[in-house]
Amino acid sequence: MSRVERATRSSRIGVALVTAALVVLALAPFWGDRQTLRLLAEMLTFVALASLWNLLAGYAGLVSVGQQAFVGLGGYLLFALAILLEVHPIAAILIAGPIGALVAVPVALLIFRLRGAYFAIGTWVVAEVFRLLASQISVLGGGSGTSLPAAVVVAMAPNRQMREFEIYWLALALTAIVLGAIVALLRSRHGLALTAIRDNEQAAQSNGIDVWRIKFIVYVLTAFATSMIGALIFLQKLRISPDTAFSVNDWTAFVIFITVIGGIGRIEGPIIGTIIFFMLRQTLADLGSLYLLMMGAVAIAVMLWAPKGLWGIFAERLGWQAMPLRRHLMLEETVGKP
Amino acid sequence: MPDASLLEVKGIDAFYGDFQALFDVSLSVDAGQIVAVIGANGAGKSTLLKSIAGLRHPHRGEILFDGTPITDAPAFDVLNRGIALVPEGRRLFPSLSVEENLLIGGQSRRPGPWTLARVYELFPVLAERRHLPAPALSGGQQQMAAIGRALMSNPQLLLCDEISLGLAPIVVREIYSRLPRVVTEGLSLIIVEQDMMQALRAASHVYCLQEGRVALQGPAHALTRETISAAYFGV
Amino acid sequence: MQWFNVVLQGVLIGGLYAMFAAGLSLIFGVMRLVNIAHGDLIVLAAYISLIVTQAMGVDPLTSLLLVVPVMALIGYALQRGLLNRTLGEDLLPPLLVTFGLSIIIQNGLLELFTADSRRLQAGTIEILTFQVTQSVWVGALPLIQFGVAVAAVAGLQALFYKTALGRAFRATSDDQSVAQLMGLDTRHVFAMAMALSLAIVAIAGVFLAIRTNFDPAIGSARLIFGFEAVIIGGLGSMWGTLAGGIILGISQAIGAQIDPGWQLLAGHIVFLAILAVRPQGLFPKVSG
Repeated sequence: MSRVERATRSSRIGVALVTAALVVLALAPFWGDRQTLRLLAEMLTFVALASLWNLLAGYAGLVSVGQQAFVGLGGYLLFALAILLEVHPIAAILIAGPIGALVAVPVALLIFRLRGAYFAIGTWVVAEVFRLLASQISVLGGGSGTSLPAAVVVAMAPNRQMREFEIYWLALALTAIVLGAIVALLRSRHGLALTAIRDNEQAAQSNGIDVWRIKFIVYVLTAFATSMIGALIFLQKLRISPDTAFSVNDWTAFVIFITVIGGIGRIEGPIIGTIIFFMLRQTLADLGSLYLLMMGAVAIAVMLWAPKGLWGIFAERLGWQAMPLRRHLMLEETVGKP
Repeated sequence: MPDASLLEVKGIDAFYGDFQALFDVSLSVDAGQIVAVIGANGAGKSTLLKSIAGLRHPHRGEILFDGTPITDAPAFDVLNRGIALVPEGRRLFPSLSVEENLLIGGQSRRPGPWTLARVYELFPVLAERRHLPAPALSGGQQQMAAIGRALMSNPQLLLCDEISLGLAPIVVREIYSRLPRVVTEGLSLIIVEQDMMQALRAASHVYCLQEGRVALQGPAHALTRETISAAYFGV
Repeated sequence: MQWFNVVLQGVLIGGLYAMFAAGLSLIFGVMRLVNIAHGDLIVLAAYISLIVTQAMGVDPLTSLLLVVPVMALIGYALQRGLLNRTLGEDLLPPLLVTFGLSIIIQNGLLELFTADSRRLQAGTIEILTFQVTQSVWVGALPLIQFGVAVAAVAGLQALFYKTALGRAFRATSDDQSVAQLMGLDTRHVFAMAMALSLAIVAIAGVFLAIRTNFDPAIGSARLIFGFEAVIIGGLGSMWGTLAGGIILGISQAIGAQIDPGWQLLAGHIVFLAILAVRPQGLFPKVSG
C-alpha cells in the first residue's frame, strides 16, 4: 500500500512565503534606492541562470560549462535586433528566446555525441566558437564590442528612473516565470522521468523512458530561457563585448558555485546560493582575485563534505521544502534486499 | 600461539545498506586445510569471502590472519599479507594478455614457490596461449588463468569463489584435479561452491550457510548428505 | 611553397597540442577523470619554470629538470589528497572539484604574478633556424618541441604496454576492485597516473611559455586544445592523440593564413566537423 503526497505543511507555508516575497520584491522600486534596485535585479538574473543550470546539471544530468554561449547569444541578439533592425528592446528579449532555442537544436545534436565530462568541455568549445564568431561581427564592434545607442535606450522610457524600474520589473517577471516554468516542468510527467534519469539513467532507459529525447528537450528549453536572461542582462549593462558576453567566469563559474553551495538538484538551492554568493561578494569584493579563489575553495569543500549543499543540510535537519515538488512515497512495508 | 588457526573469523555481521547479508558468522581454517563453504544462492557465501579479502568490511566481529587482525585492512593489504581471492566469474583483466594477467597477480613480490613457469606447468594450456588477450580464452581456460593469477602472489590462503560456475563438468573435474597439487605447496583453501558434492569431495571441513547464518559445520566425512541437504535448503 | 610552410608550422605546433592532450587522455584512460584544471596546471608549470629560471639563472629547457618532478609531485599529492575522494559513480564531484581547482589556480597565479604577460627566454636557440627548401625555414625550437612531443607519446605508449606500472594502469582501468584484490593500491595507482599526467603538463607548459606570451588566464584555451586533440584522435589511442594534435595545429595554421581572426575558429570548426561525421574520432583504439 502506498500513496504519493506532494504538499506537506511546510511546503504550504513555503508557498505563502514565496507569494509574500514576490509582493515585497515587486514593490522594491517604492522602498529601495537605486543601488538596491540594481543589486536586486542582478541577483534575480543570477537566480534564473543558476536555476536553469540546476535544471540541466542537477536534474537532467547534463553538466554544461558552456551556458555562457546562450547568455552571450541572447545579449548579442538584443544588440543586433535593437541596433540593426530597430526592434524595441523588450520585444528583442522576447525574440531572443525562440532564436536561442533554434540555435540550441543543432548544437545539441552535435554535442550530445559526447558523454559525461567530455560533454561538459564540448559545451565550452561551442561557447568559444560563439565568442569568436561574435568578434567577427564588425557592425557590432567586432572584438571590442559596442554600446546600446542612446536613441534605443530613450525609446524604452522617457526618463532614467522609469527605465530602471522597467528593467527591474522585467527581471523580476522573467525570473519568476523561469522559476515557475521549472517547477511546472518538474511536477509534470516529464519531471518524474527527469528524477528517474537523475537517480539511475540506465534503469530509466530500460523502463521505457526516452532519455535522449528528454535531455534534448531540457537542453533546448534551457537555451530558450538562458538566451532571454542573457538579453536582459545586457539590457541592464547597456554595453556588450565578446569577452563579457561569453565569459566563462561570470555566466558559468559563478552560476555553478551558486548552485553547488546552495544545493544542487533542489529548486531552492540556487536561491539560497545566490543570496550567500552576493552577501560574500558585498563583504569580500575588495579582495579581488582572492575572493574568487575563496569561492573556488568553498565550492570544493561543499562538494566534498556537503554534496547536497547548504539547503540540503537545512532541509534534511528540518524536513522542510519550500516548493511542493518532491514526491513523498509513503510505503507501509519496507523493501528487502536492494 | 602454536595451535592458533591460520584464519579466524569471529562473529562477523555484514550489511549492504539496510540489508544484512551475514549474521554472526564464525569460521576457522588451519594451515594446509581445505575448507568448503556451501549454501544456496544468496546465502552470503560471496559476502563472506569478500569480507575476508578486504573488499568489504564487517560491521561487527573480527577477522584474524596469522594472529593479526585484518578486519578493516584494505584489499591490497590483505593480499600482501597472504590471502588471495579467485573472484566469482573469473574477472580477468580484458585488456591484458594472459601472461600480463598472471604478472599482475605476481606484482606483490611475495616470496614463494609460484612463478610464471610453475603456473604454466600446472596449467600447460595457458603457456600456449600466454600472448592472447584474456577474453580469447575459453571459460575453463579463463578459470585456470584466474587461479594462476591468484597463485602468482604466493598466498598462504587461497579463496575460490564458485570456480565451477558456468563450466562443463569435465572442465570442473580437471580444475579440481589440480587442487591437491596446490595444497602440497603448503596452501590452505576456502572453496565456495553451490555444487555441494564437488566441494564435499575436495574439502576436509564444511560450513553450510543459510540466509547469512552458519546452519551447519563439521568434518566432511562426518556429515551425511541428508543433514547437509537439510541445512542447505533449510527444510 | 607558402602553403607547404603553413602546413609544416601547423604540424610542429600540433606536437605541443598533443602534449596538452596526452596527459588529459592518460588520466581519462586510467580513471575516467576529466580534469578541467588541466589547462591551468599547464600555466602553473610555466610560472614555476619562470621562478626557476629567474632564481637559478638557468635556461627554461634546463629548468625542466626541476619543473617536471615538482609538477609530478603536485599531481601525486592532488590526486591522493583531493581527487581520489571525488571518484565514483557520480560524475558531478570530479567535474566540479576540478572546475573549482581551475578557478583557484587561475586566481592564485593572478594574485602572485598579476595579469602581466610573461615569456620564457630560451636564448640563442630561439633564433636558430634550418633551411628546408629555398623558401621554407624551420626553427630549431619548434623542431625540438615536436621531437619531444613524439618522444613523450612514444614513451607513454611504451610505459603503458611494456612496464609493470603500465600494466597496473590498464588493470585498474579494467576493473578497480579486482585490481585491489591483486594487491594494487588503486589510490596509489591513480596518484601515479596523475603524477605522470602533470609531468607531461610540465614539459608542455615550458614549451608553451617559450613559444608565446602567457598570463594566468590562458589555461582554459589550452584545456580546450588538448580536449579537441583527444576527441579528434579518438579516445584511448596515444598515437591518435598525436595525430589529433597535428590536425588541430594544421587547421589553425590554415585558418590563420586565410584571416588572422580565423585561427582558433578554424580549429574549433574542424573539431566540430569531425564530431559530426566521426564521433568516435579518427583513430579510435582497436579492441584487444
